[in-house]
Amino acid sequence: MTTTTIETKATRIAQAATRIRRSALLMGEVQGQGYIGQALGVADVLAVFYTRGDGELRLRPDDPHWDGRDRFLLSIGHYAIALYAALAEAGTIPPEELETYGADESRLPMSGMASYTPGMEISGGSLGHGLGVACGMGLGLRHRGNPARVFNLLSDGELDEGSTWEAAMACAHHGLSNVTAIVDVNGLQADGPTTGVLRTEPVTAKWEAFGWHAVRVDGNDVPALLAGLDEIRAHPDAPSVLICDTRIGHGVPFLETREKAHFMPVAEHEWDAARHALEGDRS
Amino acid sequence: MSAPVKRLTTSAMIASFADADQRTNSAPFGHALARLADERPEIVGLSADLAKYTDMHVFRDAHPNRFFQMGMAEQAMLGAAAGLAEVGLVPFASTYSVFATRRAYDFLCLDIAEPYLNVNVVGALPGLTTGYGPSHQATEDLAILRACPNLTIVDPCDSVDIEQAVPALADHPGPTYLRLLRGKVPTVLDEYDYRFELGRAASLRDGNDVVFISTGLMTMRALQAAERLQKDHVDAAVLHVPTIKPLDTAAILNAVRGDRLVVTCENHTRIGGLSEAVAAAVAYAGIATRIVPAALPDEFLAAGALPTLHDRYGLSTDALCARVKKELQ
Repeated sequence: MTTTTIETKATRIAQAATRIRRSALLMGEVQGQGYIGQALGVADVLAVFYTRGDGELRLRPDDPHWDGRDRFLLSIGHYAIALYAALAEAGTIPPEELETYGADESRLPMSGMASYTPGMEISGGSLGHGLGVACGMGLGLRHRGNPARVFNLLSDGELDEGSTWEAAMACAHHGLSNVTAIVDVNGLQADGPTTGVLRTEPVTAKWEAFGWHAVRVDGNDVPALLAGLDEIRAHPDAPSVLICDTRIGHGVPFLETREKAHFMPVAEHEWDAARHALEGDRS
Repeated sequence: MSAPVKRLTTSAMIASFADADQRTNSAPFGHALARLADERPEIVGLSADLAKYTDMHVFRDAHPNRFFQMGMAEQAMLGAAAGLAEVGLVPFASTYSVFATRRAYDFLCLDIAEPYLNVNVVGALPGLTTGYGPSHQATEDLAILRACPNLTIVDPCDSVDIEQAVPALADHPGPTYLRLLRGKVPTVLDEYDYRFELGRAASLRDGNDVVFISTGLMTMRALQAAERLQKDHVDAAVLHVPTIKPLDTAAILNAVRGDRLVVTCENHTRIGGLSEAVAAAVAYAGIATRIVPAALPDEFLAAGALPTLHDRYGLSTDALCARVKKELQ
């Protein structure tokens, strides 16, 4: 790829990330709440995977059960608000449906569930499940000769769960190069900063010790994310992990500097201001 | 000092609850699964470092490229089984019942049962089938799992039940839990006009005085007890209930009508298993009848030799006969 096409691709993905942030803010405003801090933080990561035409995932937006699709497993069910916005970006769900987020009878519940939403592969929420399921999918796809890949987005808080490491060992033991974990290191979990709740660092060394090819990047830097995925593709001999350092509330300066909270409070009058404050939003 | 008295000891090997002179089949689950897999390429097996102790080794050796060793990690095993099912395979995942239910329940519940996947969880050492004490004795597995939506639960009596249940469980589109009998498993039901049908209870024997409503290995004991009671002119019927969930309520209600003594028999704590399931079905139907639960006590059980423990906790044929006679007095 030439530098120009990479820049163009990165630019298009960054624009999609901004649209994902705007969608998430709209959804949060409709509900008056939501895991908006996490959604803003992870928007660039999701855009890298879901941007139509440029995303990493091989998908057929109107055929979410296509057998050849790459599987993207959202362990962290409360991040669903961001994934819904990304699925709208990919064309799997209509953008106008986003405003039903969290409402009764909606296909977009507050915590992601596979049976509700096209494109939602698993029901996350009980943390430490995604990587085990990803391991089985990786084993099964390889057994069937299906070249589809499996991605599991988990959070740094989820690294507290022992089952995550059971699955990490199993993926490495079975040499599942078709499995990639993506760890959103936002440094925050329900009871406060990860450093105080349960120290997870050194995250990269842990995954490496478990037999994974680990790449750590700034998760709010689209070109860095793309370069990380390139590096992972160049190592097809083991499962890989893309460790993404992200900033809660990223893209909305007054939310990014707000005191960090797992469930970030946003006042009624602030939603509109947040949308207008979105960096890089020229639409 | 006098010579020590030789007592029965806990078996360090795979303990069999078969009587000394009983016909048995070796590893019926493993052989049935291997045979099924000969015909069905989507069948795969997993174990959590217990293939050899859950008869899964027979499948592993017959179909090595379709067996996935997950290590001593039951949560990862059940999650991976879900993942395999998600991509179109039909997994049988084996470990001990205590680990599948107590340790990995969240994974069985949310990864397998909630999405209604065709994953078949196979739990060895159900109830009191080992003398190793509470760490290995899954005396409350049915109580834990009966409350799990979507899950079909089977407690087979013998090798015949197991051989016929395996293909039925694979055919069933949703998740299942099989209480595994392993090693040398008694062969009993071929003497009766019986076929395993998922969700159906089967009348194995008629009788006018007592009706045993039994599941799992206790059906074998109920049949033995009925034979012995006959000699004392007590006429006992046996209704075998191999599927614990969904329960064949119609057959059970039919069995409890009339004035026979109703005795439920299960290799499980009296809390939350067959006896309470029967009692609830009977009460909900507005039938007033006494139910005698032959079941394990609400206790953590002792270690020891299985025959000793089955006598002590009421599961042996002797204990069952004594219980019936006492209740009939």
